[in-house]
Amino acid sequence: MNVAFRLSVLAMLLLAGSTSGMAEPPRSRDQLKEDFVRPTRVPYPDDDPYDAQKARLGQMLFFEPRLSGSKWISCSSCHNPGLSWGDALPRGLGAGMKPLARRTPTILNLAWADLLMWDGRKTGLEDQAFGPITSPDEMNGTIEELILRINAIPAYQAEFKKVFGAEGVSERAIRLSIATYERTIVSGQAPFDRWISGNESAISDSAKRGFDLFNGKANCAVCHTGWNFTDNGFHDIGMPDKDIGRGAWLKIQSMQQAFKTPTLRDIDRRGPYMHDGSIETLAEVVDHYDRGGTARASLSDEVRPLHLTGTEKHDLLAFLATLTGEDPPVTVPVLPSSQTASR
Amino acid sequence: MRFAFSVYSLALLIAAFSPARADNVTVFQEGKKFSDTEVSVKVGETVTFSNKDPITHNVYSSTPGMSFDLKTQKSGESTTITFDHGGEAEVHCAIHPQMVMKVKVQ
Repeated sequence: MNVAFRLSVLAMLLLAGSTSGMAEPPRSRDQLKEDFVRPTRVPYPDDDPYDAQKARLGQMLFFEPRLSGSKWISCSSCHNPGLSWGDALPRGLGAGMKPLARRTPTILNLAWADLLMWDGRKTGLEDQAFGPITSPDEMNGTIEELILRINAIPAYQAEFKKVFGAEGVSERAIRLSIATYERTIVSGQAPFDRWISGNESAISDSAKRGFDLFNGKANCAVCHTGWNFTDNGFHDIGMPDKDIGRGAWLKIQSMQQAFKTPTLRDIDRRGPYMHDGSIETLAEVVDHYDRGGTARASLSDEVRPLHLTGTEKHDLLAFLATLTGEDPPVTVPVLPSSQTASR
Repeated sequence: MRFAFSVYSLALLIAAFSPARADNVTVFQEGKKFSDTEVSVKVGETVTFSNKDPITHNVYSSTPGMSFDLKTQKSGESTTITFDHGGEAEVHCAIHPQMVMKVKVQ
């Protein structure tokens, strides 16, 4: 009985030991590659499912400058498909060409996102749709005025009726349409994806070593996780500016100066970098992480001096270059004329 | 002796698969998920949050009247919180907001 009791205690200890964060052996390159397989379909929420006509309407609205107070700025003014759905500026330009506080993030792969914006203040694409549109600093519109304006265009009336029936042009319909279109914006197949699919010659040996570093010594994959290279999380990576980021919305220490982890898809086409656009090149970004960021209470535990060699930095950059997709050109929709009603 | 061993093994199995309600409930963080989507405790009982991931988490709740912040927990660290009044706390990881669960205090 005593022996049996001791065995049971031992079993409990073994169970406890096996689950207490003990270091696991490093995973092989082939094992790591399993984490980066692209999904086969785009996820749509049950309350805003995919519909081709709705997506087409959303595309029109995305490129529609009449959704801004000035009738001059559209979502696509900052999220330019020719620039991997960003604007290639250090910081966005809003109403009256006023510089904004942060860099314009890409909208690639947001179908897989959770909280949105650099500081996570929007809970989903439907919630986010009117954020920039009604921000006085950005598109400077009002919901009531924009609905009246869109509803005065017969071609839009007809499009909304096709998708939303008697509801027609409404705030909800605009939110759902734009969100549906945005979920269709997915980064194209990149050399990295072909390598993950089994084509060993799709990327260079240097890039393969960079992949190993990305998942190992350089500690990148701890936040830039999975096929979309983001954990959809928030981290203070030690940038020297004073923007408190997520901390404005979640007043706890680790969120002070924390920002959302961006995807790395198309990353070599999306400079300048970081939430404030303060780093010009990817090589300088790698240097930032190699130094370990500004030491402070909120600095992420995952950011620390890396002591990378010059060759290792070169390999990391070679790897990052394999993440750029070969996207087909985006067709810009023909928008209905405001004059149609008076003809 | 074999009988006794079986009894203790059975006890272990029962403990492992019974609903997450006890004097001291432990919730694990593993694979960027909480081990339970919901746990129930009585007023005055505790919940221990134990980080089995190789990365840091920050468990908190901002539910009015039930808010707490366990601050950052590195891999292998555990923190215990006592719930001294009733209610239902929605619990998240601040760093990984897709991690969410509920603690019901009765």
